[in-house]
Parts: sequence; C-alpha cells; structure tokens
Amino acid sequence: MASELSVQKGVRALLSNVSLTVNQGDVWQLAGGNGVGKTSLLRAFARLARIEVFGRLERCEDVLYSGHSAALKGALTPRQNLMTHPSGLNAPSDLAIDTALEAVGVLGHADVQTARLSAGQKRRVALARLFLPSPRLWLLDEPFTALDVQGVNVLEARFLEHARSGGAVVFTSHQSAALGDELKVLNLEHYCGD
Amino acid sequence: MTDQSGIDTLQYLSGQTARHVRLQLASPSEIVNPLLFFLLVVILFPLGLGPDPERLALMAPGILWVVALLANLMICMRLFVDDFEDGSLEQLAMASTPLALSVIPQLLAAWMTGGLVLSLAAPLFGMMLGLPVSAVPVLVASLLMGTAIMLLLGAVGAALTVGVRRGGILLALLILPLYIPVLIAGTRALDEALHSGDPVVALAFLGAGVTGGLLLAPLAIAAGLRVSLEL
Repeated sequence: MASELSVQKGVRALLSNVSLTVNQGDVWQLAGGNGVGKTSLLRAFARLARIEVFGRLERCEDVLYSGHSAALKGALTPRQNLMTHPSGLNAPSDLAIDTALEAVGVLGHADVQTARLSAGQKRRVALARLFLPSPRLWLLDEPFTALDVQGVNVLEARFLEHARSGGAVVFTSHQSAALGDELKVLNLEHYCGD
Repeated sequence: MTDQSGIDTLQYLSGQTARHVRLQLASPSEIVNPLLFFLLVVILFPLGLGPDPERLALMAPGILWVVALLANLMICMRLFVDDFEDGSLEQLAMASTPLALSVIPQLLAAWMTGGLVLSLAAPLFGMMLGLPVSAVPVLVASLLMGTAIMLLLGAVGAALTVGVRRGGILLALLILPLYIPVLIAGTRALDEALHSGDPVVALAFLGAGVTGGLLLAPLAIAAGLRVSLEL
C-alpha cells in the first residue's frame, strides 16, 4: 500500500521511510507512544493529509475511515445516524441497522438522542458502522478508546471476522490487542523522523 | 446507463437534503434566531425613526434588505461549523462523490430553513414598516433570489473560514463587499415597485446572480473546504 513514505507536520519530520503492505486478510496495528505519528500516518493512508506526505501511496478506492471525531450528530438518534453515512453513500436496511446496533449492545438506546448517551455508548454507535455493509479496507484511529472490556472483545472478534472474509484492517492503538497470531504490528518508534 | 446514474444522483441529493433538513429541524433555535433578529430590528426602527408612516415606508426597502442581509450572515456563520467539528466534513471529502456535488444538499437545506422562511415572513415585517401591499410580490421575489445568492456567496466564505477559531468577523469582512451588489439590486427592485417604476431589470440581475452562483459557488466552496481541511 505504501513504500518509503515520509510524513511531515509543519517543518518537523514525523516519520520517514515507512513501508507497509496491507493484503486481504491482514490486521495491522500501528503502535507507538503518544505523538509518534500514528494518526498522521493513518490519515495519510486515508488521503486526508495530502500536503504533508511524500512518497508512494497506492490504495484501493473504497476505505472506511473512522477518526478521533466520530461524525455522529448529537441531535439525531443512533438509528438516524446510521441511516446515512456522513459521506452519504450507503443507505442500509432497517434490519441491518438493528443487527449492527445489537452487535455493539446499544439497541436499547436506538431511539434516544445520541447527545444523551455516554462517551462509551457514542463510541459504540460509531463502531456499529463496522457491522453494516462496508468497504473492504478499514482505517480505524484508536477504535478501543472509551470501550469497556466486553466492547473491546466484540470489536476484536469483528476485526478477525472481517479479515477472514477477505477484508483488511489497519488500526492505531498503544495498548496491545488480544488478536493472536493474525495481528501484525508496525511499531512507529523505529521510523521517527528527526 | 446514464439514466441510471442520473436517477442515483437525484436520489442521493434528495436523501442527503432530507437528512440536512432533519438536522436543522432538530435544533429549531437556529431557524428561529434569524427570524427573531429580523422581528426585533423591525420593531426597533419605528421607535428610533418616529411613527410617521410615510417616512417609514420610504425607508422600508433599505431596512428590510439590510436586516435580511445580516440575518443571512448569521446563518452563514453556522454553516459548516458542526460538520467540521464532528468529522462529518472529512468523511464527505473522502467519499467518491465530488465535494462540489455533495455540498449542494447542505446548501439547499440551509436555504429552505433560512432564506425561504425569511422571504415568506418578510411581507409581515414589511407591513409593520408600512410597506404598501402592492410591493409585496416584488419584496418576496427579490428576497427569494437575494437570499439564495447571499447564501451561496456566504458559503464560500464559510468554507474558507470554518477552520479558524471565532472566524465570524473574518467571514463578515470577506463576504460583505460581495453582498453590496445584491443589496443594491434588491433595494432598487423594491424602490421601483414602490414608485410604480419597472422592477424587472433589478430582478433579472438577481436572477442572473442565482444562476451564476449555482454554477460556480459549489466549485469554490469545495475548494475552500479542502483548504480548511488541509487536504
């Protein structure tokens, strides 16, 4: 997907010569401490940081990117939020939405204003998008933030399921995930720029 | 094949417009605030100028149009802020649909809950200022087109300043000069209607503005949003 990629933020070089190839069935974790450039690299993969990236970047067209900000509307209910993706593309069926909300355990709050939910519940609503029909490549920024243990388990199981059905996941996290042998880790500490 | 994609585009536009209208309706204060502002100013002017109906009617076109302009500025300041902050905007920019197309539903929804409502409420405000009933059709027609142009122009400024903290004043400085021709044409149309002249020339100018704005503004808005998102 990317080779010899360098990421700059302002005049400071964040990362240099990062190479990463993501194949079908891969689950990659971008690891490293705070400020090492995990988010910047992920945004580069999502083509959300065009100015600051040098190097070769080849990417399949459709990706699902989920960033620090969840793109949820507080004024709408979780169900309405899932009805249209902020990019406006998929309009999943009611059944698919119910199944997705149930999978992340917020079906009971499906018709409450999203603004009234807790941080963890909002996170779960955002992650329910992963249980809807979605593109093959997922780029997820800190997907485990604010989730409880059970939520983390559900999400990890979903990663493996997605990978086994021919998809691929790249996520950032500084905690080690319990994904067994299938997890590949790219530690960004080794590619620090300066 | 082209028919199919044409239908898809229409479906996409109507679906997204409905979503944005629903979002606007979920926070009604943003629809009511510009109207309330309009009402307050229209109540205050007779108190300041004195209750002489003839003098008020003489000044009504200018007052109505300036207030409509400022109310529109209020609407433009909120335009992309929420979507920028909650990350919807970058999702929109990433999607395969061109940004110049996918901002149109939002503009349409903002006009329907803003400019359209203002234009339809304007006859009431006009009567409070002693505007003759004969001038009402021209008032509504000029405001319908004028608010659309001002929204399109304002959205370009809003797209450029959405990443700036408290960018409201910057936005006003950027786009007020562009509003001046619209203001002149709008008040001119009303003046002509009041003095039994011919308002068609000024209205045609506004119509041309809407057409040109619809064609060019989405491109400028998309470019501005890309600058704000640092893409």
